[in-house]
Amino acid sequence: MVADGTVSAAPIETDAIIIGAGPIGLFAVFELGLVDIKAHVIDILGKPGGQCAELYPEKPIYDIPGLPIVTGQGLTDALMAQIKPFGATFHLGQRVDALQKMDDGRFQVVTDAGTHFLAKMVVIAAGGGSFTPKRPPLAGIEAYEGTSIFYSVRRMDDFKDSDVLVVGGGDSALDWTLNLQPIANNLTLLHRRDDFRGAPHSVEQMRALVRDKKIALLIGQMAALEGNNGALTAVTIKTKDGDVRHPCNRLLPFFGLTMKLGPVANWGLNLQENLVPVDTEKFETSTPGIFAIGDINWYPGKLKLILSGFHEAALMSQAAHRIVYPGKKLLFQYTTSSSSLQKKLGVS
Amino acid sequence: MPRITFIQPDGTEQVVEGQVGATVMETARQHMIEGIEAECGGACACATCHVYVDEAWREKVGGPSEMEEDMLDFAFDVRPVSRLSCQIKVTADLDGLVVRVPEKQF
Repeated sequence: MVADGTVSAAPIETDAIIIGAGPIGLFAVFELGLVDIKAHVIDILGKPGGQCAELYPEKPIYDIPGLPIVTGQGLTDALMAQIKPFGATFHLGQRVDALQKMDDGRFQVVTDAGTHFLAKMVVIAAGGGSFTPKRPPLAGIEAYEGTSIFYSVRRMDDFKDSDVLVVGGGDSALDWTLNLQPIANNLTLLHRRDDFRGAPHSVEQMRALVRDKKIALLIGQMAALEGNNGALTAVTIKTKDGDVRHPCNRLLPFFGLTMKLGPVANWGLNLQENLVPVDTEKFETSTPGIFAIGDINWYPGKLKLILSGFHEAALMSQAAHRIVYPGKKLLFQYTTSSSSLQKKLGVS
Repeated sequence: MPRITFIQPDGTEQVVEGQVGATVMETARQHMIEGIEAECGGACACATCHVYVDEAWREKVGGPSEMEEDMLDFAFDVRPVSRLSCQIKVTADLDGLVVRVPEKQF
């Protein structure tokens, strides 16, 4: 749904929607593809891979069968190559906000970008939920969000002629410091130490702006907010020389991402401690036609392992075939010997 | 087994037994210590297992690695005694270790 609550005019009609482009969502494309089900994949991150790509792209994983060692990014790249023949369509940087069953039995899926789908079935492979920017635990911060405090820059105009405080030491903080400096009334970059994780070139550019007195650099940490009616007026900053009151009317905190269950909780599914209970034959939720696989589901004995999610994707696909092709018998086949599967994979 | 004391922001102390080779974060999770969230499961990728090492233990525990120092940028109210508990391995030498749980994790 877009801001005014309307939905884009022409829905995308498809067999399956996969919510989440982590390893399990990606492998679901493969398993569904083998049984001739086309999928659209939606993910809140701007790239596929989910936690593997976002949290530990360089960290080795040791328990993927057949791969003694693989990094999060390596596994993502390998899965993307593996599912290429099935031509799934990716909708990245979008969060699924609404999921509901329609009168004709199909499911309507709407993202925060207003993209609108109608699908015969839905697979929730949302892991720990949606990645959302970390909110600094400062008292009363909610009141300023969207008016004075932003976790991303959607419109540069929101910062024009403003007194901007950017907080953080990575690329987001540096990039927005560099980009907003020309249009802001004044801009201060705040970081807890005089050492930045961002790209060296950006750090150099930032240091040059500080030398030219075009921006200020403060070393310290936010301690309190000041303002009224959603209008921020100052931030109290803890520095090694004591507390400093820093007047500003725009704040951009960049403290990375965290996982929140998010909108999944509003889709009318049974939930158990923020997980979606499923059966272990089809991995279907309390709503027939909606499946949940990977870290987001729960069943007796559940282990949050990537390999378990792969297995769940395979069994889910058998049940999915009955929904998408009712009455059509599914012949169980192996990729090693089936010429029809090999044709789908583009290897025969 | 090495004993580790976790002190909550309100002063509540919990003394638990850690296993040599496990991390302080894993020990906290095993004993359901409040405030150690460890969202990423110990990959040094989220900073939600942030603790303050007691001043008396600071030298013995040592400081953060460069990667951990970078990740501490994502923690709230970072102090000179801040560590990510997933990066502290429990050893026999750390018997008696005292760490404080911050008032707020992100």
